[in-house]
Amino acid sequence: MTKSEDELTWKDLEIASIVTEPGSASKYKTGDWRSQRPTYKFKKCIKCGLCWIFCPQACIYQDDEGYFVADLYHCYGCGICAKECPTGVITMVEEGE
Amino acid sequence: MAKKAIDVGRDLPPKIRQRHAVYAPRPVTTKENFAQGNRACVGCAEALAVRLVCKALGDNVIIAMATGCMEIVSSQLPYTSWRVPWIHTLFENTAAVASGFEAGLKAMSRKGRTRLENVKAVGMAGDGGTADIGLQALSGALERGHNFLYICFDNEAYMNTGIQRSSATPYGASTTTSPAGKVSIGQLTWKKNMPAIAVAHDIPYVATACPSYPLDLMDKVAKAVATDGPAYIHILSVCPTGWRCPTELSVRIGRLAVETGIFPLYEVENGQYKLNIDLPKLKPVTEYLSLQGRFRHLSDGVINKIQQRVTAEYAKLKEKAASSLVPAGSQKDS
Amino acid sequence: MPSKIGMEVSVAIGEAVRLANADVIAAYPITPQTHIVEHLAELVADGKLDAEFMPVESEHSAMSACLGSAAVGARTFTATAGQGLELMHEVLYIASSMRLPIVMTVVNRALSAPLSVWGDHSDAMAVRDTGWIQIFAENGQEVVDNVLCAFRIAEDRRVLLPVMVHLDGFHLSHMIEPILLPEQGEVDQFLPPNQYPLPLDPNKPVTMGDFGPPAIYTETKWAQEVNLRQAKEVILQVWNEFGDTFGRHYTPVECYRCEDCRVLLLTMGSFSETAMSAIDKMRSEGNDVGLIRLRLWRPFPFDEIRQAVRNAEVLIVLDRALSFGGPGGPVCSEIKSALYQSGRKLKIVGFVGGLGGRDISIAGFEEIINRGIEISEVGSPHEFEIFGVRE
Repeated sequence: MTKSEDELTWKDLEIASIVTEPGSASKYKTGDWRSQRPTYKFKKCIKCGLCWIFCPQACIYQDDEGYFVADLYHCYGCGICAKECPTGVITMVEEGE
Repeated sequence: MAKKAIDVGRDLPPKIRQRHAVYAPRPVTTKENFAQGNRACVGCAEALAVRLVCKALGDNVIIAMATGCMEIVSSQLPYTSWRVPWIHTLFENTAAVASGFEAGLKAMSRKGRTRLENVKAVGMAGDGGTADIGLQALSGALERGHNFLYICFDNEAYMNTGIQRSSATPYGASTTTSPAGKVSIGQLTWKKNMPAIAVAHDIPYVATACPSYPLDLMDKVAKAVATDGPAYIHILSVCPTGWRCPTELSVRIGRLAVETGIFPLYEVENGQYKLNIDLPKLKPVTEYLSLQGRFRHLSDGVINKIQQRVTAEYAKLKEKAASSLVPAGSQKDS
Repeated sequence: MPSKIGMEVSVAIGEAVRLANADVIAAYPITPQTHIVEHLAELVADGKLDAEFMPVESEHSAMSACLGSAAVGARTFTATAGQGLELMHEVLYIASSMRLPIVMTVVNRALSAPLSVWGDHSDAMAVRDTGWIQIFAENGQEVVDNVLCAFRIAEDRRVLLPVMVHLDGFHLSHMIEPILLPEQGEVDQFLPPNQYPLPLDPNKPVTMGDFGPPAIYTETKWAQEVNLRQAKEVILQVWNEFGDTFGRHYTPVECYRCEDCRVLLLTMGSFSETAMSAIDKMRSEGNDVGLIRLRLWRPFPFDEIRQAVRNAEVLIVLDRALSFGGPGGPVCSEIKSALYQSGRKLKIVGFVGGLGGRDISIAGFEEIINRGIEISEVGSPHEFEIFGVRE
């Protein structure tokens, strides 16, 4: 569905307004909400995956070297990953720094 | 190329392992059936809980969800955050709707009208949608013995509508309809014991969980899915917006709820209680309460009262767990 | 070759649901619907109907369970009455706006207070706006036939809407009437299996019940309105096919001896049968009167109503429900509205009677018609006439 809710006509709607594209909401850029952003000192990273499992937005991914990084498209800067990291890899900094 | 699973808990020092109850590394699927980009508040532990639940549920499920935070943040027309079949209808009928599609699939399967097999019916609702307005439908569905899993995501108030109290709001908490004021300490009644109500229905599986203990939570969901009959899981969901705490503390506060004995993690399998994390010494409740603005107004006297109650309730729970350790071969009174 | 059997209408409804091979029945007992669900429970217990019988804990949960059941594509049935219909009120809107094909027989019962288990149309009138297809039956055979048609209509790909079949409490539900039950083979041919196009299915996940912000809500409602209106075409087709197959033809509006009549009476439900006898009597006495029976209530048959009254000068409408503080009879006010739009000028006199199980005899109908004619000539200070109240 390429039209936004402001553009859809009544004929565009699926029966009963059923949404047939699974996960289509992931286009929404929650990263725009951010007022702080995670920064990394990967030297300390033990690749335990705790940050990944504790991220409420599921925006952390494991890169090719095995380190865990937040995808800034969705990262809304809650800081849980920084708080839970057992080795202090992650520091939250003000957005714009 | 994204990996299919990520090992959680590698190389953790013992103290950290203990802290998270992650005793050995475990591969956890990278599949996100609750998609990124949901509109939950920053730091929402309920969204985290839903995410983890979905990892344990797998794909062969149908979810009925009540009106509430998770429903609103995941299903704005014309989009959806869901990658599994999902239906929202009303606020108080989650268990009835779930029991409806459980029965529908059962009949269709028996009559050879569907190729679907072993689809798990799941109902999800908040504390208001479970303990208050949804209690009747839940009780009915549990009594009828449908093969379904009901999960209550408890953020301890009607958060989606602006932090109004529910029967799951804890004693002394300030909400917009139980505000702390000159002549009131906030919520005047103790939190309704929903797991106990579920246990009273004689169902095969009841458990409490918290996303701060992710593997424990996912194990319980998996167990509930494998249960043939009704299962109930009550998940404490920290809400920084409603509980007035910093967003980065959501996981820590959930942990403190367990470590203080305020929200013990336990299972009840066919009436037998089992504590999942037995803490030899409970942390004082102030460690938990002091981090949250909704308790900011409490006097020492009230905090003491809360402490006494928590200590007493925890002791009762331990007793139930101890008396559930029945020697092999003996009959349990039912 | 099946023959007519005398059976209680409630039991006959159960038989119709059995013939339709429903998959799920979720219901809560309430007088005077109880015999329907009891019979269905018996059929399931004896293995005569292979269905999941869900004895839910309230009518709100009954309709909610039906939502879930219909959403996975199961053939779904329930029944209720009066207070039960009211209790599931909000869920009715969900069933229609989420386009879930559910069939429900409503055994029309008066609404409390005071408590009344007896029949009138107040429960039906309270759910006018819920977006369901609604059919009123006037005798046992009609109920049975329309339950079968209801499944066919509801599940039709062009419709996908829930259907209510209304029948009068006690006056129909508890009467033993001669019923002709079709053969299973004939029903199987008439009623194809339910194939909901977008069910909840892990192989093809869909999301049902998104919330609608202001920017899109109007569009969803208009789509719903268009769909309900267009359902009329399918209803007519199904009724035609039913008639061709089983020999009993149904139409949205039935005219009884009303060609070129000057005075017409309009009734709905079982009163129509008594009214027909009254018409016969009055015509034999030389009166120019006829009867219109309204069968399709929603979607409202504007064309058929306007056509039926085209030659009349006086239309007397009998409502079996009272809308307080307003124009009185809901049916009468809708008829007036339909005819006002068409510019057709005829005198319409509204009566409200038969509330809470109060019967109206043939003599009563004669009185209504005569009083109606009188009012059409001399006028009345009242918005409507209340019939049979002791003053």
